[in-house]
Amino acid sequence: MAHDEDVAGSERTLYPYVTGTSVIGIKYKDGILMAADTGGSYGSTLRYKSVERMKVIGKHSLLGASGEISDFQEILRYLDELILYDNMWDDGNSLGPKEIHNYLNRVMYNRRNKFNPLWNSLVLGGVKNGNKYLGVVTMLGAHYEDNHVATGFGNHLAVPILRSEWKEGMSFEEAVKLLEKCLLVLLYRDRSSINKFQIAKITEEGATIYPAYSLKTFWGFSAFQNPGQFAEGTW
Amino acid sequence: MDPLHDMNLDAPHSMGTTIIGVSYDGGVVLGADSRTSTFSCWFRVISALPPPGMYVANRASDKITQLTENVYVCRSGSAADTQVVSDYVRYFLHQHTIQLGQPSTVKVAANLIRMLSYQNKNMLQAGLIVGGWDKYDGGQIYSVPLGGTILKQPFAIGGSGSSYLYGFMDQAWKEGMSKDEAEKLVVKAASLAMARDGASGGVIRTVIINADGVTRNFYPGDTHPLWHDELEAQNSLLDVLSSGGAACPEPMST
Repeated sequence: MAHDEDVAGSERTLYPYVTGTSVIGIKYKDGILMAADTGGSYGSTLRYKSVERMKVIGKHSLLGASGEISDFQEILRYLDELILYDNMWDDGNSLGPKEIHNYLNRVMYNRRNKFNPLWNSLVLGGVKNGNKYLGVVTMLGAHYEDNHVATGFGNHLAVPILRSEWKEGMSFEEAVKLLEKCLLVLLYRDRSSINKFQIAKITEEGATIYPAYSLKTFWGFSAFQNPGQFAEGTW
Repeated sequence: MDPLHDMNLDAPHSMGTTIIGVSYDGGVVLGADSRTSTFSCWFRVISALPPPGMYVANRASDKITQLTENVYVCRSGSAADTQVVSDYVRYFLHQHTIQLGQPSTVKVAANLIRMLSYQNKNMLQAGLIVGGWDKYDGGQIYSVPLGGTILKQPFAIGGSGSSYLYGFMDQAWKEGMSKDEAEKLVVKAASLAMARDGASGGVIRTVIINADGVTRNFYPGDTHPLWHDELEAQNSLLDVLSSGGAACPEPMST
């Protein structure tokens, strides 16, 4: 039977190799806060433990990615070129998060149409002229904006928490605490997460990617002590 | 259906090798086993061909390949794919060196490897570790696994044998090792992996790269330490019996 590689010129990516898990993003008083762990999984092995999955783009945006790391690195190269040409105009204008989001959407959707997707879910956040922006683009080319977003497992575990506890105009401290609450749940329940996180912030002043750190976990529920006490063989 | 499409997507391709790269203050030490095993054609099984992954086609291969005077690459995965990728990158780097007027940096070499791995990700099965020394950033190790991700690391492991080394390296690798400590670690790790991985074996080759140049070392199987459940090598049972060391078993009778 003919395989896609055998048909002249056609190619498709079938599956990812080195992957990153959830990215979470929220709007807060001064701008956008984003969080992700620093893990790169290889199948079920937690192979790489220091992968930076959030990067600053231009002057106004932050990009976080889950999915295939090599495709994320390639997207960063595309964006490098985009920003370079933008700077070369030297006209005082600069691409804002809305424009970058749109560009990424075009790239991802066009690749999807060729059955050769960039295997990522992207979170694009930023601030320009006082306007906060936070959006997502998936490997299928689906895109949307919201006050709080997440990718992968984060959609199932973090978004419900954010829907319940996010509010307009949170302070930096409140926002970090909220992100950490989500990160901890993901650490407990997402098999591909690791206990090494980075938080990134973008405001009108600029972007900061904070150094990686770990969170304390809690195991002190009495029910955890002897789960088989009343039901032998339970797990 | 056909083997290409019903692979377990959760299990990455295993590669018949153990490769290691460790950086130390002043340079890098690269190490690898020497076993190349066969892979029959997936689509047909012919009795005349050796069974897949079972025959050792070369028991003394050199998996640490030179790219430039100061940069080498450890190859795992398809022997053919990695040879061809190395050849292309060596060619590009040669031109780059001429145009630059000085030795190429390790970063450039690693990124060329990445470029070929990424752009041909659908066709290649190549897990590579690039290691070398340059005057700007000293000793560096770059991992380029399947898919073409590039990651700079203080040390890297790869190949099927590396599965057995994650825990070991987590415990044994320390910041700020000397050249000798780094090489000892590489040899110990390769030896442990070869003890458990059927697809790794033979001799351990190491390549040390630093400001002073490149040193190649060779550790044949009989120089490795013995691990759990392994026995000292003998010339013959007859020697064992004559030395009277092992208790001579009584003949069994019903």
